[in-house]
Amino acid sequence: MQALSEDVLTSTSTILCCLCSAQIEPNPSNMCVACLTTQVDITEGIPKQGVLYFCRGCERYLQPPSSWITAHLESRELLSLCLKKLKGLTKVNLVDAGFIWTEPHSQRIKVKLSVQKEVVNGAILQQVFVVEFTINGQFCEDCHRVEAKDYWRALVQVRQKTDHKKTFYFLEQLILKHRAHTKTNNIKNTDGGLNFYYVNRDDARKMTDFLTSHVPSRYQMTKQLISHDIHSNKYQYKFTFSVEIIPVCKDDVVCLPKKLATSKGNINPLCICYSVSQLIHLIDPFTLQIAEISGTNYWHDQFLSLTTPKSLAEFMIMQIEIVADKDKPHVEPISKKHVLADVWVARMSDISSNDQQYYTRTHLGHLLNEGDTVLGFDFNNANINNQQFEKIRQDRVPDVIIVKKVYDRSARNKKRKWKLKRMAEGIETASEERDYTAFLEDLEEDQDYRQNVNIYVDRNKLAVDTDDTDDEGVPQISLQEMLDDLHISEDATGDEGAAMME
Amino acid sequence: MAVRAQFEGNNEIGVFSKLTNAYCLVAIGGSENFYSIFEGELGETIPVVHASIAGCRIIGRLTVGNRNGLLVPNTTTDQELQHIRNSLPDSVKVQRVEERLSALGNVIACNDYVALVHPDLDRETEEIIADVLKVEVFRQTVAGNVLVGSYSTFSNQGGLVHPKTSIADQDELSSLLQVPLVAGTVNRGSDVIGGGLVVNDWVAFCGLDTTSTEVSVVESVFKLGDNQPTQIQTDMRDALLDSLT
Repeated sequence: MQALSEDVLTSTSTILCCLCSAQIEPNPSNMCVACLTTQVDITEGIPKQGVLYFCRGCERYLQPPSSWITAHLESRELLSLCLKKLKGLTKVNLVDAGFIWTEPHSQRIKVKLSVQKEVVNGAILQQVFVVEFTINGQFCEDCHRVEAKDYWRALVQVRQKTDHKKTFYFLEQLILKHRAHTKTNNIKNTDGGLNFYYVNRDDARKMTDFLTSHVPSRYQMTKQLISHDIHSNKYQYKFTFSVEIIPVCKDDVVCLPKKLATSKGNINPLCICYSVSQLIHLIDPFTLQIAEISGTNYWHDQFLSLTTPKSLAEFMIMQIEIVADKDKPHVEPISKKHVLADVWVARMSDISSNDQQYYTRTHLGHLLNEGDTVLGFDFNNANINNQQFEKIRQDRVPDVIIVKKVYDRSARNKKRKWKLKRMAEGIETASEERDYTAFLEDLEEDQDYRQNVNIYVDRNKLAVDTDDTDDEGVPQISLQEMLDDLHISEDATGDEGAAMME
Repeated sequence: MAVRAQFEGNNEIGVFSKLTNAYCLVAIGGSENFYSIFEGELGETIPVVHASIAGCRIIGRLTVGNRNGLLVPNTTTDQELQHIRNSLPDSVKVQRVEERLSALGNVIACNDYVALVHPDLDRETEEIIADVLKVEVFRQTVAGNVLVGSYSTFSNQGGLVHPKTSIADQDELSSLLQVPLVAGTVNRGSDVIGGGLVVNDWVAFCGLDTTSTEVSVVESVFKLGDNQPTQIQTDMRDALLDSLT
C-alpha cells in the first residue's frame, strides 16, 4: 500500500504522524501510511470471496443471468467474468487485476486486484488485495437437456405418400451436397418419411425452407406447449414442421384434372411425369406436348399417380417407326429432347403363349429399337381407382403407355464405377435395396437429375476394368462428372452426421 | 499543560475562544461545559469572560489580542464592546477596527511582542495593531496560506505552524518571532492549527480529537507542563555526563 500525496513539496519539513509519532512527510491526512490503513479500508464493501458456476458438460462458465461463455483458465474472458462478480468495484478505481496461479484441480481461482480510492482530505490510497473464487459445478441448460434426453425443441417431419423411397434418397444427396444437415442433432427414419430434430426453431425453419425450395412441397407448423412460467410470461414450446412432398414422382403416369389440363395448353389428361425438380414436368407421350406444374398449382388442383413402380409391366418392342414431322400433331409446347414414335409391343408374359400385340405411341423414340424391353402401363389389365380417370372417355384411353426403357440390371450394377455418400450406412430390406438401385439408375439416365448430386469415383470398382462392352446402349456417367473422394476421415459426411443417426 | 476540549461537539475550539496571557474570551454556548473547562484551568489567574461579537459565537476567528490589547471588528455592537471593556482588566486596551478583512483572528496571529498579518491588510489596521497590541507587525504567509491566524498559533514560548511549512519558511518565521517553531497538526491530522488550538504562556487548549502525539508536540513546543527540563536539571545532567566521560 502506498499513499500518493497530491503535491509533493521537496523542501517540506517532516512532521510526526498524529497517531504513532513516526517522522513522516506531511500529506493530506497527516498520518503515516500504516496508521491510515488502520483507519480506513478502501476495500470495504468489496467481497473477498466469490462463486463461479462451471458446467462440466461443455466446460463453460455461467455469465449471469443466463448466458454461458467459454473461458480458459487465466484468460481475459475469465478475468472479466470474475470482475463482474465483484459488486463494490464501482466505488473504487481499479488500476490492476491479474490471476494468482492456483492448481487447476483445486476449484479455486485467485484474482489479485489493485484499487485506488480517495480517502480523507483528498489523499488517494492504493491497496492490493486478493479475491478467491470457488468454482461450483452446475449443468448448463443445454447439457441438462442432453443429459435428460430432451434435446430437441423443433422437429421437421418430411413425408411423401408413396410406396418407394427414391425421393428421400434424392433428398439425402441434396442435403449432403448443401451441407444442410450440420445443425441437425438427430435424423430418424420413420414410416413414410424422415424426421429431423433440432435444438431451436430457427434451424428447423431453415431446413424447411431448404426442402420447400428444392422439391415441390408444402408445410405446416404446429407447436406444443411444454411448460410455461406465469411470472415471467415465458412459454416453452416444441415446434413441429410437417413438410409434405408431392406424391407424384418421376416415371409416374398421372391423370390430370380437366381444369388443370385445359389451363396447361389443353394437354391430354393422361401424361407421364418425366422429371420432378422445383416443378413437376409432364409429357404427353402421344403428342410430345409438355407441361410444367408448380407446387402451388399442384396443391390447388391435386392429382395422384395412376401407377406405382410395381404396377408397371414389361413389354417387348416388336416394331417401331419414328413419326415423320409432317404427321406430328400440331400442339405447343413440345419437347425437343424426345422423339415421337409409333410402336407395336407385346407383353413379355404373353410372348410364349400368344402373339397379342398392342399399338401405342411413345416419346422414347430416340432410345428404343426392336427387341428392346420397356416398362409400360397396361390399362386393360389395370385396376384403376381414380376419380379423374373415370371422367375420361374410354375410347380415348390407350391400351399401353410406355414409361421407360429397361436395361439389364445386373450388368448395370457391375458396370457402375461410382458411388454416393450416405448419411448412414445400411440398406436393410429388399425393397429399400430395390428403391436405392432404381434411384442410382435414374441418376445414370438423367443428366439434369444428377446435377444436384455429388457423385464420387468408386476406386474399388474402377480397378476392375471391364473389357466386355457388349451393352453399348446402357447409360453411364462419365468420369468427368465424378468427384474424387478425399479419404481424410473415414466418414465423408462428417462425424456428427453419422454419429447422430440411430 | 495541554487540555482537550470540545465546543458543543465541535473540535475547532479556536473558533469559539480567544486565549491570551491576560484574559480569556469564551463563546456563549448552550451549556457551560466548555466555559467550565477554561474556568477550571484559568479561573484563579485571569478573567474568563463570556463574549459574543455581532451576535456570533465565532469570537476566536473575529478577534485578535494579546496581553496588551484586544481588537474587535467593526460589526461588534456597542453593548458587546462595553461588556468586554467592563470584563477585561484595565491594562487591556480594547479597540474596534474598520477593516475590510473583518475576521481578524484569521488574518492576524500574534504573541505579546510580534504579530504576523495577512499581506493585504490595511496600513491603518497595521498601525492600530502596532499601537494597541504593542507588537512589531510583519506581513507574512504560512506555507503559502495568507490566513496566518488560521494556520499558525504561537505564544511567547514557541509556535506551531501548518504541517507543510518548509524548513526555510520555518527558519524565517522563527527569526521574525524570536521563538522556536514546529510544523505539526491538531485534531488527528488537521492542518488548521488556529482552529484547533488556543495557547498562552502556561496553558493550551486543543480539540478533543487531538491525539497524544499531537498533545506532546504542543506541550514540548510551547514549553508547557512539568516535563520541561529546568536549568538545574540541565546543569546537573551536563555535569553527570562530564564525569561519566
